[in-house]
Amino acid sequence: MKNILVYLEIDNNKIKRVSLEAATAAYNLAKSLGAKAIGVAITAQKEIAAKAKEYGLDEIIMVNPPAEGNSSLAVARIVAETAKKESAGCVLFSANATGLETAPRVAVKLEAGYVADCIALQAEGEDITAKKPVYGGKAIAKVKVNTPVKVFSLRPNVFTAAVNPKESEIKEAQISLAAEDFAAKVNKVMKNEGKLDVLEADIIVSGGRGLKEAANYNLIENLAKAMGGAVGASRAVVDAGWRPHSEQVGQTGKTVSPSLYVACAISGAIQHLAGMNGSKYILAINKDKDAPIFKNCDYGLVGDVFEILPKLTEKVGG
Amino acid sequence: MNILVCVARVPDTASRILVAGDGKSIEKQGIKFIVNPYDEFALEEALRLREKNGGTVTAITVGEDISTDVLRTSLAMGVDKAILIKGEEPRDSYYVAKNIANVAKEINPDLILLGKQSVDFDSLQLPSMLGELLGMPSVSVVSALEIKDNQITAERDIEGGKEQVTAKLPAIISAQKGLNDPRYPKLPDIMKAKAKPIDTREAEKTEPMISVISLEIPSRNRLGKVMEATDANIDEIVRLLHVEAKVI
Ligand SMILES: Cc1cc2nc3c(=O)[nH]c(=O)nc-3n(C[C@H](O)[C@H](O)[C@H](O)COP(=O)(O)OP(=O)(O)OC[C@H]3O[C@@H](n4cnc5c(N)ncnc54)[C@H](O)[C@@H]3O)c2cc1C
Ligand SMILES: Nc1ncnc2c1ncn2[C@@H]1O[C@H](COP(=O)(O)O)[C@@H](O)[C@H]1O
Repeated sequence: MKNILVYLEIDNNKIKRVSLEAATAAYNLAKSLGAKAIGVAITAQKEIAAKAKEYGLDEIIMVNPPAEGNSSLAVARIVAETAKKESAGCVLFSANATGLETAPRVAVKLEAGYVADCIALQAEGEDITAKKPVYGGKAIAKVKVNTPVKVFSLRPNVFTAAVNPKESEIKEAQISLAAEDFAAKVNKVMKNEGKLDVLEADIIVSGGRGLKEAANYNLIENLAKAMGGAVGASRAVVDAGWRPHSEQVGQTGKTVSPSLYVACAISGAIQHLAGMNGSKYILAINKDKDAPIFKNCDYGLVGDVFEILPKLTEKVGG
Repeated sequence: MNILVCVARVPDTASRILVAGDGKSIEKQGIKFIVNPYDEFALEEALRLREKNGGTVTAITVGEDISTDVLRTSLAMGVDKAILIKGEEPRDSYYVAKNIANVAKEINPDLILLGKQSVDFDSLQLPSMLGELLGMPSVSVVSALEIKDNQITAERDIEGGKEQVTAKLPAIISAQKGLNDPRYPKLPDIMKAKAKPIDTREAEKTEPMISVISLEIPSRNRLGKVMEATDANIDEIVRLLHVEAKVI
């Protein structure tokens, strides 16, 4: 079997946790297929790349960050060229912003079939099959890639990053880039400082129209803070302008899979459920005992959010 | 400026999805099909750019005869031309991308607009794939777009914020919600759109790069412990979150 290559994305001088999830998936696939698991990271600092040793990769390849700047086209070139050099039969990405933008280009460069946003990967003989949510999470498709080289991106938070320390070899590699690899370039990054993104959170507390007005969202923020989670929202709340679209959970918002999702004064419309039904546990709070959300929850409290949320926040925090 | 907008035909988001008899596709009976919601943002952006800079907007879809309906909707919203690439129902993104790329090579658009994903198979790959096939830069999941003197400045969503990306035309952009508020087609325009010509072409067949083996409806058996919100029950829920779910 040909090797498994995983893209290790660096952010803030660290390999992103979602990339370590993908590294673990690469390790597991390599083990079942009797192949090597190889990571590629764009960094000049060995200490940063070395972190991946803990996740069982056989080799870690470091490529110098290009002087021209940051471009997903350049990332695609680097990963695709590395895949060719290392005769990779499978390339893994996290299905985060970078992975989703980059992976299809890598697939075209390698004449590979690509499956995005996978929630399971399985080696079956020489083949690899993947499961991915479709129709906004209303169904799960099991798919197979028919090309010799296969590319997958993995939904964040679904695969666990498991420690399997190894004395991985760390190598440096040179990849030559052309002007066309910088035809789209990142100019500026605007981070919402100190705010945890729903896609990266293990706990999400979301509010719905039943909160009545934007100011009442402090109840949601307080509970999220007490639980160490992120703030999410239903579309009704985003459309009303109370919260930014980046917080919208659902079929036309973000698809999340935290350990705990708390839905406060959200009715549980099918488009909302599609975005959060991958959560491990769901706690619903609604004053209407017949709200559809109660048919799709693990825990439910029937009552007024304005009374329940302060109490819950105090009890969780205490 | 000449703009090509890619439009996908997808089940209405309110649809209940059931698996068809073959075990790998959905039961289409009773499902209403619509323009992919993200493609409405792409269409709207194209129309606004035309209103500002002049030019032509062409909508394109790859699908069966029945996909004409999304082209009619696009015409009713105001696009100038519509192209149907007719063939079997698309089974993988490469087939769609290849066929759109064929047309793009012929009409040389300055800008290709798409949605960030189609809410049927959620393939999440056409914009970058098309970019690679055409040797064009692409920026995906864009919620703000500015074009001046052939220079694009686009804001795209990333984890915990946004990034600003620059590129030169010709380029590809995929639309995220927030880019604009799509217009509703007016009744007279819907009527007029029915009579407009649709340029229909035969699709080029490709070998499927991926195949669906099976489709299943996820059935997660939720615990369903729903109770009145008395103080004692709130305590109980907190306890369960600690000891049963072990999530806090
Ligand atoms: C194309 C399309 C895409 C969509 N995409 C999404 C999406 O991505 N995400 C999404 O969320 N929606 C989406 N929707 C919208 C969806 O159909 C619902 O309209 C929306 O989710 C409703 O939001 P809500 O639950 O906050 O509001 P409502 O449905 O109005 O529910 C409010 C709830 O609050 C409860 N309530 C009121 N007061 C209190 C109180 N004091 N205490 C406790 N409970 C209270 C009520 O009982 C009710 O259940 C989409 C719709 C379409 C057509
Ligand atoms: N069959 C199709 N015909 C035309 N455009 C499509 C088709 N399928 C997808 N697209 C476009 O590609 C975007 C991304 O879709 P996808 O990569 O399939 O998730 C959609 O929002 C559409 O703009």
